[in-house]
Amino acid sequence: MTNDLAIDVRGMTKRFGDLTAVNQIDLQVHTGEICGFLGPNGSGKTTFIRMLCGLLRPDGGSGTCLGLDVIHESELIKRQVGYMTQRFSFYEDLSIAENLDFVARLYSMKNRREAVSQSLERLGLAKRRNQLAGELSGGWKQRLALAACMIHQPRLLLLDEPTAGVDPKARREFWEEIHRLADEGLTFLIATHYMDEAERCHRLAFILYGDLLVTGTVSEVVRQSNLTTWAVTGPDLMRLSERLLESPGVEQAVAFGSALHVSGDDQAALDQAIAPFRTAPYEWRRVEAGLEDVFIHLMEKSKGGRSS
Amino acid sequence: MKKRHEFSFKRFWAMVVKEFIQMRRDRVTFAIMVGIPLIQLILFGFAINSDPKHLPAAVLQADRGPQARTILQAIQNSSYFDFVREVHTETEAHEALARGQVQFVINIPENFSRDFLRGDRPAVLVEADATDPAATGNALSSLTNAVNGALQNDLKGPLAYLAGSDGPVDLRIHAKYNPEAITQYNIVPGLMGVVLTMTMVMITGLAITRERERGTMENLLSMPTRPFEVLLGKIIPYILVGYVQVGLILFAAQLIFNVPMIGSLPLLLVVALVFIAANLAMGITFSTVAQNQLQAVQMAFFFFLPSLLLSGFMFPFRGMPVWAQRIGEVFPLTHFLRIVRGILLKGNGLDEVVRELWQIALFATVALIIGVKRYRQTLD
Repeated sequence: MTNDLAIDVRGMTKRFGDLTAVNQIDLQVHTGEICGFLGPNGSGKTTFIRMLCGLLRPDGGSGTCLGLDVIHESELIKRQVGYMTQRFSFYEDLSIAENLDFVARLYSMKNRREAVSQSLERLGLAKRRNQLAGELSGGWKQRLALAACMIHQPRLLLLDEPTAGVDPKARREFWEEIHRLADEGLTFLIATHYMDEAERCHRLAFILYGDLLVTGTVSEVVRQSNLTTWAVTGPDLMRLSERLLESPGVEQAVAFGSALHVSGDDQAALDQAIAPFRTAPYEWRRVEAGLEDVFIHLMEKSKGGRSS
Repeated sequence: MKKRHEFSFKRFWAMVVKEFIQMRRDRVTFAIMVGIPLIQLILFGFAINSDPKHLPAAVLQADRGPQARTILQAIQNSSYFDFVREVHTETEAHEALARGQVQFVINIPENFSRDFLRGDRPAVLVEADATDPAATGNALSSLTNAVNGALQNDLKGPLAYLAGSDGPVDLRIHAKYNPEAITQYNIVPGLMGVVLTMTMVMITGLAITRERERGTMENLLSMPTRPFEVLLGKIIPYILVGYVQVGLILFAAQLIFNVPMIGSLPLLLVVALVFIAANLAMGITFSTVAQNQLQAVQMAFFFFLPSLLLSGFMFPFRGMPVWAQRIGEVFPLTHFLRIVRGILLKGNGLDEVVRELWQIALFATVALIIGVKRYRQTLD
């Protein structure tokens, strides 16, 4: 049933000259799902999102977005999708209320005034309604942007790094709001760099240099990576890290606070590599591989695959 | 301590190198920096001439005697006048002047040659379209010498006494539309066109580049908007601003400069709408080409400069060589100047106005089509 899929696209491709920014990406996102879209800078996340909402014409691929054809019906898709750009893109010389009113007019909403005041109320912007958008702090700007891209009651929200430059408290509130909305049946595709945010998503899609590397829930992604991770504490971990990285089987040695996380996808080789160091004063402990370890692992592996 | 405040050649040089790199990256700015002096050189060096010659004149000739021919020949030889047509009635002559088809009408009365030979000092009437005093001044002052000099050979025998007097003919010059040759009568109405061109092209030139520069364009495109809605929506508010400018200038023209307003004010306001729209369309088109606001301003200036110099605002249009006049005809300002001066000073009506107006409308249409075509619905 396509009705259950808010996004169902196959083979999406976009080239800029010689560069393939998005290469044959298939993605399915269920209605009411929060899909985290991960990948380093320049990996094609923004390009992919822009193709979904008709801002860029794909060079290849097909599929549906909210049951509408992504290639030929982008004007209809636009009416039901909210897109929050990476950079704040509302009018800094308009007040909060004026910005919302402008957007509501563009979507030719019937009960415009009501929609604007509801939206102000809902996002706690009512008291600041007459403040100029340019005077707002990062967190408030982001609230305004979210309010504006939801005013027409879209069924799908595409958020491109919505929490960049927002403090932890505001980020938490933001995510609570997202989960509440998803509960009501809205679908989200959220591009992010933050691992803690990735862990709040129902499902993840990891994209690298235009290729979709892995999809699934957090635990599925971690499991698929086959990564084994040891945490080690002790003196002079920098020195230890240098020596460990020389041994085969050790892929990563990353400092996390006072501990060093050592990982590799070949468990036997890893155990062999760390064996000589499993003495006092070092203390070793098996830990679950974190998402960040997994992603760095995927990036390294993909880089190796590319150069060979 | 002291050393810190010394001028460092290295730091200074770092700045110079950086500026050169940035200059090289911004190709449009560089092209315009080179282009503007080139255009000025060409325009001032070749196109502009403050002593216009070969001005079009019509002849209303009721006498074809030898002396009449001599006079006309002499007038043409002065190189200030080109006889482009012959008219047969007063009405036809005035029509040609009102439409700006000729700058002068030279009227040789009936029995001119006979009266001349009788020593009656017959009159030669020269009517001039003196809206722009600068365009007609030199030509008119050359007339007396040309006419009197030409007839010297005929002043023999009984007519010899006329040679020393006021001259053998009574040369009457009738400067129409601006008889006192008041420069403001010409400049102030023209200023309306100049001010509108400058501000309208620039303001709208900034309109879309600003959206792009501030990142709001991406948002606008992601919403269900059509190019025509966006462009037209951006134009309308500035049309109002344009009318405020028109009002201000008309007000000042009337109260401060006492410029006559012979023609119909409503007609002028309608014409202004077309002219404002043409400039706004040009600005919109620039803003779909310019990468940033600076470039948009530069393009607006690049358009404004030749408009100003080739339209006949600063220098007489007919003083320019044909190629420059052809270019001048493209600019809306050229036609608007003729219309405004025509309505205010000559009392021109719809009939004369339409002859110029369609060219402005054509310009507006072409500019808007290019603008809409270039306005991209996507970010590709």
